[in-house]
Amino acid sequence: MDPALFFHRFQFGFTISYHYLFPQFTMGMALLIVILKTQALRTGNDRYEKSARFWAKIFGLAFAMGVVTGIPMEFQFGTNWARFSEATGGVIGQTLAMEGVFAFFLESSFLGLFLFGHKKLSPRMHWFSAFAVFAGSWISGFFIVATNAFMQHPVGYEIQGDGTLALNSLWSLLLNPWLFWQYLHTMIGAVVTGAFVMASIGAYYLLLGRGQDATEEARGHAEYGKIFLRLGVLVGLPASILVAFPTGDMQAVNVAEHQPAAFASMEGLFETQEGAALVLIGQPDMEKMRLDNPLEIPRVLSFLTYRRWGAEIVGLEDIPQDQWPDNVPLHYYAYHIMVGLGTLFIAAMALAGWLLWRRKLYESRAMLWILMMAAPFPFIANTMGWMTTELGRQPWLVYGILRTEDGYSATVSAGNTIFSLLGFMGLYLLLGVLFLFLVAREIGHGPAFNEEK
Amino acid sequence: METLWFYLVAVVVAVYVVLDGFDLGAGTLHLFVARNDSERRTVLQSIGPVWDGNEVWLLATGGALILAFPRLFASAFSGFYLPIMIMLWLLILRAIAIEFRSHLKSPIWRPIWDVVFSLSSLLLAVVLGVALGNVVRGVPLGGDGYFFTPLWTSFRTSSIELGVLDWYTLTVGVTSLLALTYHGATWVILKTEGQIRDRAKRAAALTWPLLLLFVVLVTVFTFSIQPQVPRQMNANPLSYAFPLAALGGIFASQRFTAKGRELPAFLGSAVFLVGMLLSVVFGLYPMVLPAAGDPAASLTIYNASGPAYSLRVALFWWVPGMILVTAYTSFVYRQMAGKVRLDEEGY
Repeated sequence: MDPALFFHRFQFGFTISYHYLFPQFTMGMALLIVILKTQALRTGNDRYEKSARFWAKIFGLAFAMGVVTGIPMEFQFGTNWARFSEATGGVIGQTLAMEGVFAFFLESSFLGLFLFGHKKLSPRMHWFSAFAVFAGSWISGFFIVATNAFMQHPVGYEIQGDGTLALNSLWSLLLNPWLFWQYLHTMIGAVVTGAFVMASIGAYYLLLGRGQDATEEARGHAEYGKIFLRLGVLVGLPASILVAFPTGDMQAVNVAEHQPAAFASMEGLFETQEGAALVLIGQPDMEKMRLDNPLEIPRVLSFLTYRRWGAEIVGLEDIPQDQWPDNVPLHYYAYHIMVGLGTLFIAAMALAGWLLWRRKLYESRAMLWILMMAAPFPFIANTMGWMTTELGRQPWLVYGILRTEDGYSATVSAGNTIFSLLGFMGLYLLLGVLFLFLVAREIGHGPAFNEEK
Repeated sequence: METLWFYLVAVVVAVYVVLDGFDLGAGTLHLFVARNDSERRTVLQSIGPVWDGNEVWLLATGGALILAFPRLFASAFSGFYLPIMIMLWLLILRAIAIEFRSHLKSPIWRPIWDVVFSLSSLLLAVVLGVALGNVVRGVPLGGDGYFFTPLWTSFRTSSIELGVLDWYTLTVGVTSLLALTYHGATWVILKTEGQIRDRAKRAAALTWPLLLLFVVLVTVFTFSIQPQVPRQMNANPLSYAFPLAALGGIFASQRFTAKGRELPAFLGSAVFLVGMLLSVVFGLYPMVLPAAGDPAASLTIYNASGPAYSLRVALFWWVPGMILVTAYTSFVYRQMAGKVRLDEEGY
């Protein structure tokens, strides 16, 4: 690979992966905060209002991180992927500009009112500002996934004489069949992250507030812990299921239909087979073109993909190598880590849901520990999901139309890109440390701390 | 259609400069006008609820550019790679300084962020001016419409290899810094009372004559470096309205400041900024990125614009969308009208 191309890809991959740690949390948490605010309005119970305020502080920090790491994303389309922007601006200019007009202004206008306006605004107006932030972030998600869906499965365009793309139907672009399942899958994935984090912090406060020697303050936090845990599980259980069925399942069916090379690569399928097995574990060996140490369930992959046990699935060996994703093992691992974690999420949330129903959750030490420790894993699963999508699209920027090697900025040399990459790495490391420090402080203060003020 | 989008993008850029201009200017003056923690919190609260929304106008500019002029977006962003990266880092540091500062009440934590906030605001004001200077001077566009300029070479506008920084673009950068500092001072005067306001008044009085001097200098330099500007203005005498409005705005603003009429003073400064910016933009029209040396290679609204259907269909959602945006932006500004009252929560 051309070193310039390598570093352009490295920088975009690094900055987008880091960026998405924050929106996935804030988009999920925005929904949970709206639920808390709605409960506060409906019941008049002050604990819900205080809970919302506690989460708003952490939300505000994460939102700021999302905004500042998001600005470079729009700019990098031009700085690092100039030939891509030139070729596709006639199409994706629509969705990128729509995101600004319909989402960013809404979010930024109401975020300040939501974070600092609860004394000045009426309860209803404050509820509305929370809702506007939630709506803005979900609309933003829609337009950015719509942009990605076009790159995965281009529709509504024509190729002009000079090789650039022109939109010919805005509705096709916005109603891209790929977009529907991808959007739902992405957003529900974000809800999983929000719900697990809320449940995790709830479990943490409950564990701290247990036993004879717990302080008065810790007992106070534990009362909020119950609210967090309950809401986290009530939202986390359906979200964990929905992210797999039907959204994840349908997303995989779309990949199988439209991107057969990506499908074979992510499933680790080298030979074309009838009644293909679902691989649980195994290491792709690209030299021998096989999976080492496989652990498989026979015929299940064929059934999941085509709803027939004996259906034929094309393996990599029958696809020309210049169509393969350029890093099959990484693609395969990303997908399998996502699916593996997703399965564990369903199991953990189902168990927690059952305990909640039997009114044993708040006392179940083992379950509280599991939920408390689970918080980082949805972030990993969401990141792996996007890696599956983006590595699977390779070697294309726009599937079947524009190859990645033809899309980067030819005038920006590898040396300049390494300079900016190192700058981003250093800056983001610093930001990450400060962010974790401030979030840990807020968690240390706890929700009951607000009560005294 | 291209011309219509040219106007729309120009309006978005102008709104960005007026809005983010005052919070950048307030940031530049931050260390000077606000000496203790409560004064600094006052300055931060005067921009706290709006700076994020103001910056979105920059993102909206980017969005409108890739939509309406994809070749300009691709060429300019990759050609100015290094200054844009540096601008992004400054934007990140500045935003983080505003948002993180208030979380810890510590005599070590807060001053660090005050310095980061002020310094990044100051540098951003310069960078925006340098960027404008580069667009006016022109860049070494190749036949394919692309270019790359290093940060600096010999600081001459006539050198064989142009750099982002030269004596002309730096002059524009300083002018931009002075203009936004003055603009920020009128904002701080409008939003504060007592000592902060007195210091901001002194800052405005100090900046104003310097700004006027640099405006004269930059006008003379621009006419000699980019002959297209006077030619275009003479060809279309109506465009003299922009520089005249700018002059009217800056003199009116100074008079209003002296008389203590704070809102008109701020608006006068806004008229000045818009007038200056539009003078340049319409002076270059129909070019959007002139090629240094070979005018024929320039990017214009015609050869840089997106496909016709894109431009047409986008009007149907872009215009209503921006009207909606204006509505809730003015709602937010109305919510925070009047002088800042320090509040336990917030910045």
